Amino acid sequence: MRSDRGQSAPLGLKIAAACGLLFLHLPILLIFVYAFTTEEKSFVWPPPGLTTQWFAVTWNRPDVWQALSLSVRVAAISTAIALVLGTLCAAAVSRTKFFGRETISLLVILPIALPGIITGIALRSAFSLADIPFSFWTIVLGHATFCVVVVYNNAVARFRRTSGSMIEASMDLGADGFQTFRHVVLPNIATALLAGGVLAFALSFDEVIVTTFTAGQQQTVPIWMLEELIRPRQRPVTNVVAMVVVLVTLLPILFAYYLTRDGDQIAGSGK
Amino acid sequence: MTSAALNTNPAPAILPGSGGMRGALSDLFWRRPQLLLLLMLAPPVLWLGIVYIGSLFALLAQSFFSIDEFSGLIDRQFTLKTYGDLFQAANLDIILRTVTMAALVTIASAIVAFPIAYYAARYARGRWKALFYLGVMLPLWSSYLVKIYAWKLILAKEGILTWLLAKLHLLWLLDAWLSLPVVGGNSLSVSFTGTFIVFVYVWLPFMILPVQAALERVPGNLVEASSDLGASPGQTFRNVLFPLAMPGIVAGSIFTFSLTLGDYIIPQIIGTSRLFIGQAVYSQQGTAGNIPLAAAFTVVPIIIMGFYLWGAKRMGAFDAL
Repeated sequence: MRSDRGQSAPLGLKIAAACGLLFLHLPILLIFVYAFTTEEKSFVWPPPGLTTQWFAVTWNRPDVWQALSLSVRVAAISTAIALVLGTLCAAAVSRTKFFGRETISLLVILPIALPGIITGIALRSAFSLADIPFSFWTIVLGHATFCVVVVYNNAVARFRRTSGSMIEASMDLGADGFQTFRHVVLPNIATALLAGGVLAFALSFDEVIVTTFTAGQQQTVPIWMLEELIRPRQRPVTNVVAMVVVLVTLLPILFAYYLTRDGDQIAGSGK
Repeated sequence: MTSAALNTNPAPAILPGSGGMRGALSDLFWRRPQLLLLLMLAPPVLWLGIVYIGSLFALLAQSFFSIDEFSGLIDRQFTLKTYGDLFQAANLDIILRTVTMAALVTIASAIVAFPIAYYAARYARGRWKALFYLGVMLPLWSSYLVKIYAWKLILAKEGILTWLLAKLHLLWLLDAWLSLPVVGGNSLSVSFTGTFIVFVYVWLPFMILPVQAALERVPGNLVEASSDLGASPGQTFRNVLFPLAMPGIVAGSIFTFSLTLGDYIIPQIIGTSRLFIGQAVYSQQGTAGNIPLAAAFTVVPIIIMGFYLWGAKRMGAFDAL
């Protein structure tokens, strides 16, 4: 929206906007305080005392490390698959017009547009019909499916801004298709792919709804947290893990924003 | 320049092919762009088609099976009996409760989102604009479970909200609210009010972004013209801003509505023992082992969302996404 400079907002609007933003941020900040509380049994506020001992306790918990390792491996492989599939799809959709183009966009967006529980139970019933046992790869299968859309959105936005005449110029100057891809297309879309990849990683790292249906007995970090929320064992450890998870997801988002901030479409504007 | 200079080293007008497998492939793709297109589309379409659409059909197929009530085994015979089970009073209750919650959450998030989106679109400039943007993006991408956990800390009986209200001498207000039927309960963390607040909190960014996108496209002088013509701020909002923001609100409501319909974790952690659709699906496929009924239950949000998307498309919401 265009407006004249120097105009200031009505006070009521300012207050409402500020309250809205506080509503969004204060609960997350609270996590940081609770990570240091000495209280073990309840969620009492204000914390009776502050301590850093729970960081050491968490550090020595093998179940936390196992969950973290599984989450990172799943996210890395799902992101790699999503990068390949998402880029191919974005290149095909943005370069040419063909019959069924809209259907393909819909197909890519569908796993994230339908509620996660549908994706989850659909995969689970497919696994049970086909007698596939739960494994590392059943988790990856689900995660890669909904990560494609994040890479796709970023890549499509960048392809739209990349002029087709550059590719033609490269061809006119004698480069073959592979050289054009390597020296012209790839440098142009690299930051968009990096941003898309980072977001896909964050999405996979945080996913819980689909994962509960595809993981079986395995625990990723979100499944571990969910387990602790339903049947708490050691609350202070949960507090510390929650804080670490906030920090770990915060950095990729800032990085993705930094990579694509000049563009017309900023990474992550649709989850 | 002499004519001799021109004749030395005449560059060929057509370059020789680069030769080899690579050159041949490159030439082939150039001559037949459809082949390249096909090769590019095949992996993602096959993946999504087989893994995703295939699974959805597997799910749909299961909803036409039924469970043998005595043996607990699944009978793989076509039947509509499972869909009939959906219309039992208890199950209709679950569907009605979920849809009501989704509608309330959608309305509330639109109300909370509008001032943020409007301020960000019309008044925020430069550094403030970036700050507003990150201010919405960071909560959107923060861990879903951590957000729920934070609210468990806030809403717990011994938590920060009770403490704050005690300091303000407003505890009687909280107690009065909790003693109400339906919305009340033992504490906020085990009441529908708690579930509602957490839903609004978690889905709010999904509403802000499309509303802001819609408002960015409204020229500022339209608002000024409206007040020049004598409209009060309220009238300007009702007759100018709100109709123009509507496609954005509908686009955002697709997310808030759909996500609330399918969620089973929020009502499980913060809420009463009365089920929502997502919880019903989860418990039917898990502890009850009745996958056909779980499958039939998931068809409900799919159908509701189908109608919703159809309506949204007619209102032009997809241009605001």
